[in-house]
Amino acid sequence: MARIVGIDLGTTNSLVAYMDKGTPRVIAGRHERAMVPSVVALTDNGLIVGDPAKEHLTRNPERTVYSVKRFMGKGLADVQDELAYFPYTLTEKGGVIRIKLGEKTYSPPQISAMILKELKLRAEAFLGESITKAVITVPAYFNDSQRQATKDAGMIAGLEVLRIINEPTAASLAYGLQEKTQGTIAVYDLGGGTFDISILKLKNGIFEVLATNGDTHLGGDDFDRLIADLFLADIQQQFGLDLNAHPDHMQGIRLEAERAKIRLSEELKTIATLDLPEGKGRFTRELTRDQMESLCTALVERTLGPCRIALKDAGLTPTDIDEVVLVGGSTRMPLVRQRVQALFGKQPHCELNPDEVVALGAAVQADILSGGTTDMLLLDVTPLSLGIETMGGVMSSLIRRNTTIPASAKEMFTTYVDGQTGVDIHILQGERELAKDNRSLARFRLKVPPLPAGVPRIEVTFLIDANGILNVMAKDMRTGDTQSIEVKPSYGLSDQEVERMIEDSFKFAADDVSARKLIEARLDAGALIITTEKSLTDGGQLISGDEVTAIRQVLSALASAKDGNDPRTIRARMADLEQAAKSLTVAMLDDSLKRGLQGKKVSEVT
Amino acid sequence: MDGHTHQHTSGRRELQMARSMCWHCQSEVSGEYFCDRCVKVQPVSKELDYFTCFGFPRRLSIDQQKLEAKFYELSRAFHPDFYQNKSDAEQTISLGNSAMLNTAYRTLRDPIQRAEYLLDLEAGSVKDIRTTPPADLFEEILELQDTLDEFRASDRTSDTAAALRTQLQTERAALEQRQRDMESQLQQLFGRWDALQDRGEATDQARAERDRILKDMRDILSNRTYVKNIVNDLVATIA
Ligand SMILES: Nc1ncnc2c1ncn2[C@@H]1O[C@H](COP(=O)(O)OP(=O)(O)OP(=O)(O)O)[C@@H](O)[C@H]1O
Ligand SMILES: [Mg+2]
Repeated sequence: MARIVGIDLGTTNSLVAYMDKGTPRVIAGRHERAMVPSVVALTDNGLIVGDPAKEHLTRNPERTVYSVKRFMGKGLADVQDELAYFPYTLTEKGGVIRIKLGEKTYSPPQISAMILKELKLRAEAFLGESITKAVITVPAYFNDSQRQATKDAGMIAGLEVLRIINEPTAASLAYGLQEKTQGTIAVYDLGGGTFDISILKLKNGIFEVLATNGDTHLGGDDFDRLIADLFLADIQQQFGLDLNAHPDHMQGIRLEAERAKIRLSEELKTIATLDLPEGKGRFTRELTRDQMESLCTALVERTLGPCRIALKDAGLTPTDIDEVVLVGGSTRMPLVRQRVQALFGKQPHCELNPDEVVALGAAVQADILSGGTTDMLLLDVTPLSLGIETMGGVMSSLIRRNTTIPASAKEMFTTYVDGQTGVDIHILQGERELAKDNRSLARFRLKVPPLPAGVPRIEVTFLIDANGILNVMAKDMRTGDTQSIEVKPSYGLSDQEVERMIEDSFKFAADDVSARKLIEARLDAGALIITTEKSLTDGGQLISGDEVTAIRQVLSALASAKDGNDPRTIRARMADLEQAAKSLTVAMLDDSLKRGLQGKKVSEVT
Repeated sequence: MDGHTHQHTSGRRELQMARSMCWHCQSEVSGEYFCDRCVKVQPVSKELDYFTCFGFPRRLSIDQQKLEAKFYELSRAFHPDFYQNKSDAEQTISLGNSAMLNTAYRTLRDPIQRAEYLLDLEAGSVKDIRTTPPADLFEEILELQDTLDEFRASDRTSDTAAALRTQLQTERAALEQRQRDMESQLQQLFGRWDALQDRGEATDQARAERDRILKDMRDILSNRTYVKNIVNDLVATIA
């Protein structure tokens, strides 16, 4: 069977991992960094992803998308409150948010697909084979639409998503594999945009989730926002300047707030700075850990409610928890650690790198699916109750939250009027009494043969599969015929739309590849220019003046090629430069060898 | 035996016959969930009751450890994770069997749901849903409803509301105690049921005892559900 990779598609950072002879490993890109910032920028040379795109946040804020995960499976109304925080333009089509980049608009799954493609390419380059199958993680508290949107993103990226698994449970797999733990564990996962808590029982290789809860809209981004708001108010007061008019500086202040927050995990106070527009000079401010904590404490408290509900749903008290595992970058905050420790009454574990553990777990699940790991099995639950709207706008629950998946429920439907040929069914997800207070998942019309009222008997099966995604089937009990159901998702792309986006992605793939080649060539050229210049400074005296001039000539030829748009020219000039600088490299090597030998005895050399 | 029970058994026999042929190689299936010949997974019959599925007798006290061990064993046999490389037909069966297994485990794990399920199997009836209070609670519940209405209409910051809240809290404690009493009565009935089954007598007297236990169980279960809903409502109102 073809290899399956594990992917953590995060709000802030994404990673890809694979199983290397029983050990999960993350795949690093250039500069040994495994994390790909979940940022996509539209540049004059096309779309770019990851670290280079992150640089465009302040340069090109209107055309640089970050935290797109917050929009997965959502309509515009769902994010109305935070529209002001995002520099890029959001619209809506068919219940799905669209993000405007230049002339075109993209759905969140399309943007996520670009990140996935980057990871796919990275894995292909590293493993030297084509990658077409993946396990992708989602927050445990993601609803059906958000899961479906993630699956769509995979398809658009050319990946068959064999399984969607929950981030905290993925972490538990990596953790359990490492520590061979038995007992009851709580996984507390606070990332960039989402919070999850899962309570699991680990026994003889079975990872049984007892309960899960969370908030898909709570994470490090929200801390950054509070800190940035504090800085903005300061700037307004000190300089009479409203930064809202300067999207690039707004991004600058957001990034500076994040950096200050991260420093305060180690230090007790820090200085934040930002160069201001309109010739107003430089903003500088000291922020203490205490100040930051008093800003963020309410948000941290908000994570404790879901923890208590999860415990209650699992029928446990904090003392029943044997171990607490921390996942996600935001759990590095001392305040978070204190609160978690206070709630569960024990020191939390963080032996595994909280940035990587989710991707590692996804790789373990991938290995289970491909038949490599056979002794481990994950039994997960559905995070939200599933039901249908009944008379009077009330939700009637069919599958309760925290039910082990796969889970199914059957419901019999009939007619109220003679000759009625259809029954409308509205599927909901959530814990509230009234239909309107819950999440609308989909609507469909059940076809019924025209008969006297009450005679038709149609059995509808609602099945939540191992991905936590709903499937609906209907069967006419009188004839035994099954009917396929066209479900219209309330907040999702239709199958046709996904098809079209897959086609588009192939069309753009060619453009993407050349854009990517250009970017890489430029980066490599930049690095070569810097090292060559340094060599000239350090060792220029070792070669002749003519040689130095020759190198300088090729160097400036490369610099101008780097500003151009042709990766082949850049590569050619790089080769020229390497050739021209050969004498310099050799001379420097000789020189250092000679100096290394000085003072050593001959016996040591031979 | 009444006609209903009779029909029930013959119906089951037919269905077991129906599943005794392997969907894949058409040979007779003698293994429990897998064909002995081609080793393909077999769909668990919809008529197979949860006790049988777990290989347990129809008793109301269950060894939770054994139940869990069997659940894990069957999960390892059916879970879709282990059918990723198999045919579509096998994947569909694996999905259906896993979903059924999870429902069965959830039902048997909880003593109340287990009893309701057994009642359904033995007496062939769906749950009784009570809409009026049990006779011995009638007055008390009506009064409680009035107090609740009064509390809902009151200004929550007033002294009246505070007094009403205290009163409701006392009511709540009383109702919860009642719920616990009913649960211990149920426990006794469960013990009597299991003992009767263990004796395995086929006398008229044993049959009468059986019907009495089932009837009492049904009454207490529906009263308990009623009281539980009232308590939930009460808790939600004063929260
Ligand atoms: N040392 C630190 N102290 C405080 N916060 C940190 C630290 N390091 C990282 N973070 C924060 O962690 C967040 C990123 O964490 P992570 O990479 O786990 O998130 P993610 O997986 O992308 O998001 P999610 O899981 O919510 O989708 C960012 O908000 C970042 O600012
Ligand atoms: Mg994460």
